Amino acid sequence: MNNTMEKLSPWLFTIGLFVIWEAACRVFQVDKFILPAPSEAFAAMVQYWRPLMRHSAVTLWTTMAGFALAIVFGIVLGLVVGWSRTIYRGLYPVMIGFNSIPKVAVVPILIMWFGIGEVPAILTAFLISFFPIVVNVATGLATMEPELEDVLRALGASKLDIMLKVGIPRTQPYLFGSLKVAITLAFVGTVVSETVGANAGLGYQIALAGSNFQMPLVFAALLLLAVEGIAMYAAFASVEQHFTRWAFRSSMSAGG
Amino acid sequence: MLHKPESATSSAPTATKDSVVIDDVTLIYKGSASEVVALRGTSLTVRRGDFAAVVGPSGCGKSSLMRLVTGLAPPDHGTITVFGDKVRGPVKIAGMAFQNPNLLPWRKVVDNVMLPLEIVEPHRHRFRADKAKYRAQADALLKTVGLDGFGERYPWELSGGMQQRVSLCRALIHEPALLMLDEPFAALDVFTREELWCVLRDLWQKLGFTVILVTHDLREAAFLADRIHVMSARPGRIVMTKTVDLPRPRDLDICFEPQFVDIVHELRAKIAEVRNA
Ligand SMILES: Nc1ncnc2c1ncn2[C@@H]1O[C@H](COP(=O)(O)OP(=O)(O)OP(=O)(O)O)[C@@H](O)[C@H]1O
Ligand SMILES: [Mg+2]
Repeated sequence: MNNTMEKLSPWLFTIGLFVIWEAACRVFQVDKFILPAPSEAFAAMVQYWRPLMRHSAVTLWTTMAGFALAIVFGIVLGLVVGWSRTIYRGLYPVMIGFNSIPKVAVVPILIMWFGIGEVPAILTAFLISFFPIVVNVATGLATMEPELEDVLRALGASKLDIMLKVGIPRTQPYLFGSLKVAITLAFVGTVVSETVGANAGLGYQIALAGSNFQMPLVFAALLLLAVEGIAMYAAFASVEQHFTRWAFRSSMSAGG
Repeated sequence: MLHKPESATSSAPTATKDSVVIDDVTLIYKGSASEVVALRGTSLTVRRGDFAAVVGPSGCGKSSLMRLVTGLAPPDHGTITVFGDKVRGPVKIAGMAFQNPNLLPWRKVVDNVMLPLEIVEPHRHRFRADKAKYRAQADALLKTVGLDGFGERYPWELSGGMQQRVSLCRALIHEPALLMLDEPFAALDVFTREELWCVLRDLWQKLGFTVILVTHDLREAAFLADRIHVMSARPGRIVMTKTVDLPRPRDLDICFEPQFVDIVHELRAKIAEVRNA
């Protein structure tokens, strides 16, 4: 009983939210140019399903492309940074500084360089999402138990041996933990870029519909964005569960 | 049977009957604020095949001494010789175990035990080819420490005492000539600890490696060791070497013999003395 309740609760809360939203719009007779009721948003979704699907697909693939870049680059940089204290010390301030720059500010530059289209969106998704991956991979390496390192070094293990046998495997829970966070960031990056300058994607759709005062359509696109975000998060959460079951069982807990 | 530290080190490291010779070693940790002299004028000799114990007040530099012997840290002064060779870097032959078992949670118990074989030559190159042989070796070792049938489990499925047994197996699987133990049983309850004393005693008697055991437990030192080296408070040096001439093989009951109790008392008095010094 309790268990089924727990499984159902996310759905119940979501439905509850929509019900409250709908009720609030009706009771207070909110203008649909200000805030459309969910029913109107869903109606718009049905009405414009063709363009919405197309834009969703564009947003999804640009996000995934940017995210794939972020994973590769994030893992490589994370390993490099975690490899030596000197590199860690040297690169960390630079990375913090880079991460502090709002990526919205970078989008116009990317558009100037690459023109309006999907490339800036991919790059923005990449830029916004690689940082947590780097930090987590580096943390996984840096927090290796010194005694374990001693055990291996006393056997004549090289730095590379230690990385391969211990460092990289123990980084896995940190990595997968960070992917969940990073994928949602990647979506933000894509949509920001699409909103500023693109000719396809949900961000573009939102900007376009907004300028045409089609608020239900704006909200339909927002809802689809949320759905994509949740789906990707869930996908990476289950990947995490699958690959790092040991980390959930043993005392070593994942970061991120 | 008191050995002055000077007499213990006067033997030159020429004869290979000595496995570890620490000669007038100083180790200084250079912190950001100040320097910590962990060891000064420390000398110690361990004969081949001997079971040596090192006891001393907390923070006197016992763990540091272990890192020096295994070549994980260079001394600021003095020399360390292991099996006739001067230590210049990690010694590559030592098995080590600590208070924390430090097992890899993503590896099965047996794969944890086999980890050194993936690193140490010549096993490293044969590892893939001879995996079945090594696997049998690991299983046999697990059996001798009472973990028959636990090879396929994961470390987190084992109790602390069982994990420590695995850690011992990992330290011994490549048949090292030198076993370095830093308070390996400190986190265990008395019964498990005594059980593991016997496990270690049997392994040592069977395999004949040299052991240096750091411990806070004087009974543990007296029960297991041939010689017990007492260190002074920081900066640590050996202030007394006690030879334990209790007959072998020793049984746990020996802990109640007057001779055993006397040794423990003597050690205890010495440590109390150096702590207050
Ligand atoms: N990495 C380090 N940096 C600076 N100082 C250190 C470091 N490691 C140890 N020390 C200092 O050196 C001294 C000896 O430390 P060590 O760990 O060898 O003592 P120990 O005898 O093993 O102590 P315990 O019995 O508590 O384990 C301590 O005073 C400690 O503060
Ligand atoms: Mg210590």
